[in-house]
Amino acid sequence: MSILNLYNFLGTYLVIAALLFGFGIYGLVARKTVVGMLIASELVLAGSSVNFMAFNRFLAPDPVIGQIFTLFIMAIAAAEAAIAVSIVVAVYRNYKSIDTEDLVDLKG
Amino acid sequence: MLSELFSAEGFVGLIFLITVGIIIFGAVVATMSRRLVRSVAGLAIAFTGVAGIYYFLLSPFVAMMQMLIYVGAVSILIAFAVMMADPEDHTGTSANAGTFAGPLGFSIGALIFAAFTILGLKTEWREFPKQGSGDIEQLGKALLTTHTLVFELISIVLLIAIIGALVLARKGRS
Repeated sequence: MSILNLYNFLGTYLVIAALLFGFGIYGLVARKTVVGMLIASELVLAGSSVNFMAFNRFLAPDPVIGQIFTLFIMAIAAAEAAIAVSIVVAVYRNYKSIDTEDLVDLKG
Repeated sequence: MLSELFSAEGFVGLIFLITVGIIIFGAVVATMSRRLVRSVAGLAIAFTGVAGIYYFLLSPFVAMMQMLIYVGAVSILIAFAVMMADPEDHTGTSANAGTFAGPLGFSIGALIFAAFTILGLKTEWREFPKQGSGDIEQLGKALLTTHTLVFELISIVLLIAIIGALVLARKGRS
């Protein structure tokens, strides 16, 4: 198993997906602004899509299911991004900030 | 090693490694840069790399959709959000939420990455015999026969998302 032959193994793709997922979780926890967290959540979705596609290519009996899953994840991600962007605009209009430190009106 | 590199398979492997490098670079820029505009650019770079991964997974159609929807639409949408709601310059301050948010997030992310890597590499995956080729013709047939209900429901979800986004963004405008 040479390093140039890595693209033929399921494990490589699973590691890439885990990497994207880990970066996404890091961004979700560490980011200060809502838009930064939105960007990180897109990375999490990309990681799960790569996982679906990898299992679709290597293990699934019918290699269509994973592609359909990925297409639906794309549609959901587009809808989620549109809603999140409009929420960010509404929040910015009310608070003049998208910093998570400032959005604490419900804090007891 | 060098002769292997100049064969066709070796060249494909080299392109795969470059694709993985693009993904890692994009993810690092997306999560660690201080300015949000650079984060959006890093996100677009990472999505481009993921499209290359889809191409390696024998699905050029999904790779194309990835470029169209993620790189072409979602990244631009987030760039709009950055332009509309981020006037102040974050160069002086840290991009992280607090003193402990950076190390905490890094340890959680690294832990999850290690757990998924071990899980993916140690499991004995069972392969099943392939029943179809998974090309675009079968994809279209499956979408409009087996998965019709989900296909219709996703259009309703998108319609509701459009109306909801319009209502949310319009409220409060004088």
